[in-house]
Amino acid sequence: MNDLWQAFFKAISLVITLDNRLLEIVFLSLRLSLSAVGIALLIALPFGAVLALTKFPGRKILVIIINVFMGLPPVVVGLFVYLLLSRSGPFGVFGLLFTPTAMIIAQVILVVPIVTAITRQVLEELHLEYDELLRSLDVPWYRKVTALVWDARFSLTTAALAGFGRAISEVGAVMIVGGNIDHLTRVMTTAIALEARKGDLVMALALGLVLLAVALGINLFAYSITETVKRRHQ
Amino acid sequence: MTKHPSILPLKVENLEYEAGGKQLIKNISSEFNQGKRYLLLGPNGAGKTLLLRLCHGLLKPKSGKVIWSSGKDANPKHHQAMVTQRPVMLRRSAYANIDYALSVRGVEKSLRPDMINAVIQRTGLTRVANKLATVLSLGEQQRLAIARAWVLKPEVLFMDEPTASLDPPATHSIEELIHEISAEGTTVIMTCHDLGQAKRLATDVLFMFRGRIKEMSSADDFFAGPQNDLAQAFLDGQLIWWKRRPEKDDVQI
Ligand SMILES: Nc1ncnc2c1ncn2[C@@H]1O[C@H](COP(=O)(O)OP(=O)(O)O)[C@@H](O)[C@H]1O
Ligand SMILES: [Mg+2]
Repeated sequence: MNDLWQAFFKAISLVITLDNRLLEIVFLSLRLSLSAVGIALLIALPFGAVLALTKFPGRKILVIIINVFMGLPPVVVGLFVYLLLSRSGPFGVFGLLFTPTAMIIAQVILVVPIVTAITRQVLEELHLEYDELLRSLDVPWYRKVTALVWDARFSLTTAALAGFGRAISEVGAVMIVGGNIDHLTRVMTTAIALEARKGDLVMALALGLVLLAVALGINLFAYSITETVKRRHQ
Repeated sequence: MTKHPSILPLKVENLEYEAGGKQLIKNISSEFNQGKRYLLLGPNGAGKTLLLRLCHGLLKPKSGKVIWSSGKDANPKHHQAMVTQRPVMLRRSAYANIDYALSVRGVEKSLRPDMINAVIQRTGLTRVANKLATVLSLGEQQRLAIARAWVLKPEVLFMDEPTASLDPPATHSIEELIHEISAEGTTVIMTCHDLGQAKRLATDVLFMFRGRIKEMSSADDFFAGPQNDLAQAFLDGQLIWWKRRPEKDDVQI
């Protein structure tokens, strides 16, 4: 028990003194997950909008597939990306396996379904609400989209945060495609897994604390958004 | 707004509308002229809302035509507006709701504030201009919807039961607004099922029953004594919508 407390306090001091090794891992994690969410948004927002606002054959099936993909186990996504990028795989020639790029790809695949699904739902509901007025005003389609996206901006931000939460906290996929290589592909979650197994509780705990803080930060941000919206409604 | 060829008169020719396997609008032909206030009267379910939505282009008729007079010289959609029974409020401030309508019509940004403030004042929304539209009271929302439509200076304004579910003072203020809007040259085509209101507002009355226009006449003639026996029954308060009459009514004439 004493050992645990000691490890805990050492961990806190690592965080407070901004330990170099710790910072390296934290920054890599943030860089990868932020990139992944950025790319995922570029795909998911238009995709979700198209699903919400247009009708085409196969749309329903796509919506169902997206919902299924939301619940994909990260390890399976990791395995899938691994097979694609491995030397004998279709994209093997690019030599991306065990690089940060491979990890971003895996995270993008994990994030896109969540953001797409939420975007679709939010825009579809708002469209239903607005449609009559927008048609009455004879609003051209591109202005419809911008009006809907703008008025749904708070919900869409929450969607992005949910995506970021999934990306930064997931371990299975990045472990498989990144390989947890020191200084190169070691991120918070994979480092925690490794250090804990090695028995280096100090580093594992320190990283765990940072991850916890990040998760807390995301939730606080999301909470403050909903609070802002509520206040606007008074 | 720039000068454009008038979109009026509005002609409706042999309009039919069907939904759920039922013929809901039956062979309606009519004409609407400038400067009037048309009141569509009739019991619940007569098809008043449907007719308004067909005229405004929110619904597509099964057959028949809605013809605006401007031809290709003006986009009729840009010179008419509609206030629906439960108006859609954009999730923005009351002010921004009005601003949006103007921006969609391409009104220059620098010109908008004066127009918006003027219409906000005339509709008595000054106090709530910066409030989120979705939290306004029903009466305020109704006035905002009218302001949002009026600011466009439409030639024709459709209104679907603009005072349904409002209390008497709110109803009164809306009726005053309608008179003002009309006085500025906008042709008003609206529905209501309140005879008192129709008397106060109408220049012309269209009496509808079961998807047909049974009578169309000047308000004076109508209230003096309509030709149609159903209209007379409606005036006498005897026409109750659920009362089933033996139907010669469903036969095409
Ligand atoms: N989409 C629809 N499907 C089936 N019936 C409809 C539909 N829309 C309207 N109706 C019916 O058409 C009739 C006329 O409706 P409406 O125009 O709303 O009447 P009102 O004169 O009260 O405004 C009503 O009986 C209504 O139930
Ligand atoms: Mg109605």
